[in-house]
Amino acid sequence: MSMFPHNYLIYGADVSIVGATALIIFVLTYFKKWKWLWDNWITTVDHKRIGIMYILAAFAMFFRGGTDGLLMRTQLALPNLHFLSAQHYDEIFTTHGTIMILFMAMPMLIGLINVAVPLQIGARDVAFPYLNAISFWTFFFGAMLFNISFVFGGSPDAGWTSYAPLSELQFDPGPGENYYLLGLQLAGIGTIATGVNFLVTILKMRAPGMTLMKMPQFTWATLITSIIIIFAFPVLTVALALLTIDRLMGAHFFTIAAGGMPMMWVNLFWIWGHPEVYIVILPAFGILSDVISTFSGKKIFGYSAMVVSLATIAALSFTVWVHHFFTMGAGAAVNSFFGVSTMLIAIPTGVKIFNWLFTMYRGRIRFTTPMLWALAFIPTFVVGGMTGVMLAVAPADYQYHNSYFLVSHFHYVLIGGTVFGAFAGIYYWWPKMFGHKLNERLGRWHVGTFVLFFNMTFFPMYIVGLMGMTRRMYTYPAGLGWTALNLIETIGAFGQGASMMIMAVNIVRSIKFGERDVTGDIWDGRTLEWSTTSPAAEYNFSVLPHVTSVDEWWEEKKRGVVRPDHATFKPIHMPNNSGWPFLIGLSFFVAGFGLVFNWWLSAIVGALGIITFLFLRSFDYNTDHYIPVDEVKRVEAAAGR
Amino acid sequence: MARNRKILRRFSWVVMASLLLTGCSTQIPVLQPQGPVAQQEFGLIEWSFFLMLFVAIVVFILFGVFIYRYRNTPNNKAPYEPDMEGSRKLEFIWTLIPVIIVLLIAVPTVRTTYALQAPPKTAKTDPLVIDVTSAAWKWIFQYPKSGLETVNYLVIPANEPVQFNLTSVGPMNTFWIPSLGGMEFNMPNVTLGLWLQADHPGIYLGRSANFSGVGFEHMSFTVKALSIPQFNTWVSAVKKTAPALSNAENNQILYTHGLSPKLTFSSYPSTKTTGTAGMSGM
Ligand SMILES: [Cu+2]
Repeated sequence: MSMFPHNYLIYGADVSIVGATALIIFVLTYFKKWKWLWDNWITTVDHKRIGIMYILAAFAMFFRGGTDGLLMRTQLALPNLHFLSAQHYDEIFTTHGTIMILFMAMPMLIGLINVAVPLQIGARDVAFPYLNAISFWTFFFGAMLFNISFVFGGSPDAGWTSYAPLSELQFDPGPGENYYLLGLQLAGIGTIATGVNFLVTILKMRAPGMTLMKMPQFTWATLITSIIIIFAFPVLTVALALLTIDRLMGAHFFTIAAGGMPMMWVNLFWIWGHPEVYIVILPAFGILSDVISTFSGKKIFGYSAMVVSLATIAALSFTVWVHHFFTMGAGAAVNSFFGVSTMLIAIPTGVKIFNWLFTMYRGRIRFTTPMLWALAFIPTFVVGGMTGVMLAVAPADYQYHNSYFLVSHFHYVLIGGTVFGAFAGIYYWWPKMFGHKLNERLGRWHVGTFVLFFNMTFFPMYIVGLMGMTRRMYTYPAGLGWTALNLIETIGAFGQGASMMIMAVNIVRSIKFGERDVTGDIWDGRTLEWSTTSPAAEYNFSVLPHVTSVDEWWEEKKRGVVRPDHATFKPIHMPNNSGWPFLIGLSFFVAGFGLVFNWWLSAIVGALGIITFLFLRSFDYNTDHYIPVDEVKRVEAAAGR
Repeated sequence: MARNRKILRRFSWVVMASLLLTGCSTQIPVLQPQGPVAQQEFGLIEWSFFLMLFVAIVVFILFGVFIYRYRNTPNNKAPYEPDMEGSRKLEFIWTLIPVIIVLLIAVPTVRTTYALQAPPKTAKTDPLVIDVTSAAWKWIFQYPKSGLETVNYLVIPANEPVQFNLTSVGPMNTFWIPSLGGMEFNMPNVTLGLWLQADHPGIYLGRSANFSGVGFEHMSFTVKALSIPQFNTWVSAVKKTAPALSNAENNQILYTHGLSPKLTFSSYPSTKTTGTAGMSGM
């Protein structure tokens, strides 16, 4: 395969990438922003800034993955179209799925976790701020490695599940699949570290008085998600490593030739893959709990039941992976077990839905943008969840498997759940991140149009699936009754794209015109992040709060807030910025890029870089500092406190 | 706001109407089963759908009522209890009801899962067996009893269960004839069994539902179900008129990537076409 694939669409993309890069470099140079970028962002170990960088990267990936989606929907708008070639289409559905799950949904939520969780537990930082920066940069460079595939050498084309033997060298030569393996591997390292980091942060860094059962729901969801990450991601690491060894070094873990087993890939992939869908849904559940409670002006209904159901879902998430391959001959006993264990997830999920409904019961609902996303979530997720139960019925799954019915189901739960939840969180914590609100009127238009076009895109897929249309078909013949539905889906997809433009306009406009958050508590919030300034200072809290109840900030406001007295300030211990995490991430990128093309020299240079920078860091004794009391007083006074 | 809502409503009517129109005029094979296997699967689809619809309606009604009744307007007279903690009784109820619904779905699911694994009760002791091999990107059907082979089309007797043995050379595919029943995987080095039956003579569409490379969307095949006498006539006609399949052409079909037209052979080489042989040869 040639290094530069020839296709006018790819040329266009190449030109726009080069153009955008040149523009960024020009703007940074012209406005003399390089130093600012390095000092304030690239080397930062501040969890709030790392969170913002995660969210920015996730939005960029949302744009890429969304464009892939629109290209796919254009190709499928009518029968027998040749807008894309089969090969190009295969590459695009592979990158669409991979990017949306691993480089969009996860980083979007990890970004919000970074922004909000330390603030919610009244902490000054995460447990391992330096490791947190490494997590971000390995994710970022993993995503970049994956993304340059269509410029250099060709994209992966075996689907986001990359089943062997299709993904093996024999049937899939060229570097595309290597990009998948190494890009995911790199990002996965960062994710495992994030799981460890937030597990320790939540267990060890909570403000005095905050027992586990006084933590906000989003913090609980993050704690449980961290545990799932720690158990699930190492399985992905192993699976990716084995396939990489197969492809680069001629081993046969997943090929029949020397006694390998393709089924082992399927098992390993889904042992990680099913918990993965809970890694991207549980934090969204946490956001929704906080948002619904805040804008209903009420405590969350059934706090302990909410926690127990999060934990139950997490435990069950490891017992259901075979439902992804009921049709692979596992036998009646196995299919029955995994069918029923899958249905059981409906019980704790149902408890959560009813508890959310009853959080609104006898409340006073404010229809703000974050709340509208949360409200849109409930019926959408119910539709997705119900069809999930239908899919768990093993014999019925024989008819749904790999059809558009399945495609529709997972878009209802992933968009209706994860994306709606993430948008609720972004509109909700935007003032905490940037010090101003997003415009509410544009926000309402964004919710309304997105929900409408979302249903227009994905609801017809249930029907077209029952008509026999299967996923990953690059084209289809006329006369099967699929045409009208596909056309509606395509119109809906472009509607969703247009709706996202409303959000883009909103973001740009609100930088200038958005309502400023001078109190730090613009939504009349309930949890501790609303007790500090917006945006929060580097040290989060001038004096660490003492917690006596769930919804601590709400209770404090009822008792009458007393701002911390400047006389009680003490010097605050904070970590230093560091350039090593960026350089380590870059070295991983160089090593990964080398492995993609079997350029062992580049692989060795990258590996040496990683080792060297780790070594140098271990002799770096200048890792932390104290913020003097005067500085804290000055910052607090500037924020009006 | 009111104007937005009007536009939204108008849009949703357009969507609904077009859905209904397409639904009336076309075939939805999964919902129009043509044999006992598809019929049993359809039964479960219907049953689980209506139970889920019931739950969804309950949630939607509560949702609608609550957001209307407890909206934050100055003159809203509905009670406001900001410190309400929860209710053990209510939570117990909405744990118990899903448990019952899951049981109502789980029991028939398990029963049908077992039923569909075993040969149907009407199966003869010596049923028609068809060995199905998927190769990129062709379907190969071998009839061991009569020794004939077809490529990319399938002929079966109606009103009689047929036992399919599925395997693959190279990447995985799935064998799916939605009108007759759900799919099963074709995997290298493994043989999976699937029983299907057509209740009437007719023509049905089959395809692979599992992605196996750039030619996969063309892996569809027609299934012709004939009455038993017609089927026997077809078999003897093939035996008399179709050519034999040579070793060389057999390897060409199995191991060359690419599409193939419909082909018919009166015999095929006796070497078993398992995934192992195919894979190690490459
Ligand atoms: Cu799953």
